Amino acid sequence: MSATVVGKAEVERPEPGPNYLTNGQTIASWLLTKDHKRIAMLYLISISVFFAIGGFAASLIRAELISPRGVMLESETYNRVFSLHGIVMVFFFLVPSIPATLGNFLVPMMVGARDLAFPRLNLLSWYIYVAGGILMILAMCMGGVDTGWTFYTPYSSLYSNSQVTLAVFAAFLAGFSSIFTGVNFIVTIHRMRAPGMTWFRLPLFVWAHYATSVIIILGTPVVAITLLMLFGERVLKLGFFSPELGGDPVLFQHLFWFYSHPAVYIMILPGMGVISELITCFSRRRIFGYEFVAFSTLAIAGLGFLVWGHHLFVSGQSMYQGMVFSIITFLVGVPSAIKVFNWATTIYKGSVRLQTPMLYALGFIGLFLIGGLTGLYLASMATDIMLTDTYFVVAHFHFVMVGGAVMAMMGGLHFWWPKITGRMYPDNWGKLSAAIIFIGFNLTFLPQFVVGYLGMPRRYHYYFLWPEFQPYHLLSTAGATVLAVGYLLPVCYLMWSLKYGKKAGDNPWGAKGLEWQTSSPPPTENFPVVPVVTEEAYNYDPELAEKEETLADKLEHGLEAKEDEK
Amino acid sequence: MLSLHLAQFNLPFQPEQASEFAKPYDDLFWATTGLTVFFTLVVVAMLTVFCIRYRHGRKADRSNQLTSHMMLEATWTVVPFVLGVFMFFWAAKLFVDQRVPPKDAMELYVIGKQWMWHIQHPNGVRENQQMHVPTGKPIKLIMISQDVIHSFFIPAFRIKQDVIPGRYTVQWFTATKPGKYAIFCAEYCGAKHSEMGGYVYVLSPAEYRAWLATGGEKVVAAKQTPVEIGKELWDRYRCQTCHVETDTVYGPSVHGLVGKTRKFTDGSSAVADREYIREAILDPYKRLNEGYGKTMPEYKGELNEEQVLALYEYIRSLGAPPTPSAPTVASASKSGSGGNL
Repeated sequence: MSATVVGKAEVERPEPGPNYLTNGQTIASWLLTKDHKRIAMLYLISISVFFAIGGFAASLIRAELISPRGVMLESETYNRVFSLHGIVMVFFFLVPSIPATLGNFLVPMMVGARDLAFPRLNLLSWYIYVAGGILMILAMCMGGVDTGWTFYTPYSSLYSNSQVTLAVFAAFLAGFSSIFTGVNFIVTIHRMRAPGMTWFRLPLFVWAHYATSVIIILGTPVVAITLLMLFGERVLKLGFFSPELGGDPVLFQHLFWFYSHPAVYIMILPGMGVISELITCFSRRRIFGYEFVAFSTLAIAGLGFLVWGHHLFVSGQSMYQGMVFSIITFLVGVPSAIKVFNWATTIYKGSVRLQTPMLYALGFIGLFLIGGLTGLYLASMATDIMLTDTYFVVAHFHFVMVGGAVMAMMGGLHFWWPKITGRMYPDNWGKLSAAIIFIGFNLTFLPQFVVGYLGMPRRYHYYFLWPEFQPYHLLSTAGATVLAVGYLLPVCYLMWSLKYGKKAGDNPWGAKGLEWQTSSPPPTENFPVVPVVTEEAYNYDPELAEKEETLADKLEHGLEAKEDEK
Repeated sequence: MLSLHLAQFNLPFQPEQASEFAKPYDDLFWATTGLTVFFTLVVVAMLTVFCIRYRHGRKADRSNQLTSHMMLEATWTVVPFVLGVFMFFWAAKLFVDQRVPPKDAMELYVIGKQWMWHIQHPNGVRENQQMHVPTGKPIKLIMISQDVIHSFFIPAFRIKQDVIPGRYTVQWFTATKPGKYAIFCAEYCGAKHSEMGGYVYVLSPAEYRAWLATGGEKVVAAKQTPVEIGKELWDRYRCQTCHVETDTVYGPSVHGLVGKTRKFTDGSSAVADREYIREAILDPYKRLNEGYGKTMPEYKGELNEEQVLALYEYIRSLGAPPTPSAPTVASASKSGSGGNL
């Protein structure tokens, strides 16, 4: 595994054999594939569809909030729209986003394996996801759900006249798809590492997916049971949560957040894994404090299970219980801080390329930082009284979920796009879209912190009781418009690149990691010969990298274009 | 600079401070904001400086690569830890203050139902979607929901507490600044969630007294006190058939019940407070009194929360039975008559 493979091999290569994309062209060869890379592509297409649906719902929400009395929707419709937005984005986009696409594609390659441990289970997980998704769309077509993605009882169990049962079943199903993915990753990472790939040589992306998988298999069954109980109360009138039937409404919140808070880490940890790859590659530096970053990942996964009660400070839970949850929540801030400082320090003395993926990575760090720090206001029991269930919370978790997870997803997609498709996209367009997304995002969500502090409750269709909120909503809607442009741009140039993009070669970025040592797109079996690992992860040399001109550097400086003209 | 600019365009950046909680909460809020801005600037500065200084092609010293440093790691572990613990105590202290109402607080009942707030003053004045309170007097809100979960939220007071079906929750405040402020429902409760709100009117004590006396404008005048409504219900449902001044084979006496310890058939016991009496009326067999069988009808679904509260006020007003017993009974009877204020 020498570093010199880069650059030379890409120039002259004998007629390449079939890669994973060309190996079988029929629709059946895709729908029955056991190749983790093809399944990752199936997932990528499906989650993009759901992202588009969820995004459309978001644009309706933002349009409504321009005016204190709404614009075009009835309140019943508005409530279904924001519920749709939440359910689709959480269960059908964010949870599977990075693990099922980039994770699926890269975890086996990064550990030097030919596939995941259970390829059929992997395909089954996609089918279950799609089945859940179709049920969700069906529920939407049959009138939708009006409970919000949190399904709080007793509203969801006894009062709502919407398709709660179907939607809950859809989310229940989707849970199994993530459990299957989680099991697959854990077994693969334990059992299928290439010779020489010790635990502490694993890329941090793999560590992140390992921690995520552990959360998935410990947490998801709990939400499955909770949703089943809700189903039982709604359909069979079993009294779990409704006082009218002898249940306790707050019990649902405990059970729900026992999964759904760790689920936040399911969504963000893989993103952190992506960022560790991007920062090291584009600084050409070994990660600063590898062990600290790896163990902070595990610490976040562990502590993440002990903080669910911070969602319940004002819900009627005991004050003393709240204190325990509050202090542990502050502790979760520590491993997050460790990560951010280690990333920042990694750049020190590097050889920094500010190409598209790096811009996304830097954007991630900034936005995640604000998302994380605004979590302190909500971990503080006193400020939480004022801020919980307001737009402050909305802004906070969008900074973490969109500013964090989605920025990482975009960064990762731009980084591995040449590997996945074998083509380069135009870097300038990439940079432009990264900038537009960053600006649009801040314009959308920074005003929401203020309007939340002023008291604007979340899930409000009208705010005529206090029209002073309006200017902030106008800013936010303007920002959302910019953000939408930012998300549409990559769709255009990435599609364009599939046909017209420059051929990427094996390693256009000059990156380390096993996935860059095979051809792009990789052959079905990933590696012609199983690699033997002899060095640490991120074994970059910034001094050497100063002299190096990778394909991406040439494209960035326009050298390649000039050569073409000649 | 920024705040001045915002003020000109009428972009407030802080809600009004209209209760005693507002100031200490805002102090904590802005302290946290200070930390947030500080750490964001530190990291952004690091990223910017490193990215510029070590940009590809720029001459810089890249030798002696450091990949781990124990002191640095310890610093950025310990500093956030210490700051976190410090903020925890600061915030928890304020939270406890907000959850423990003073003994002399004036009690208002708040009943939430889709999609209305119903407020009851001690003298029987009732109002919907609005609340009148005096300045300078601690006010305790005893809240319950008739249907789904709601949340009673007044931003200007910095208070919020979920209002749940099936049990009472409590919050309190002391208003400081006369004016009109928004009341919101902060927990999603269905179609008209965003219309479940109104205004709290903070009056000076004198204005408040005058308002109470006239029953207030646009408010249903107090025709009956809660105790009188409770008495009417007591008679209508013929409670006195079984519950008389002394314990009988048909049922225990409710005279002087508030504050008394009750023993149950399962061996447990509880102090008869508002919560217990509500349960004993609606769901008497959940914890059956020792020595009694299942003879009382369950009033779940029969009585609404307002009626249960009225019955509670009536029972509280009944005071001690003729034969003297524990001193708690005397105080209960006193507070019962105080309910007529």
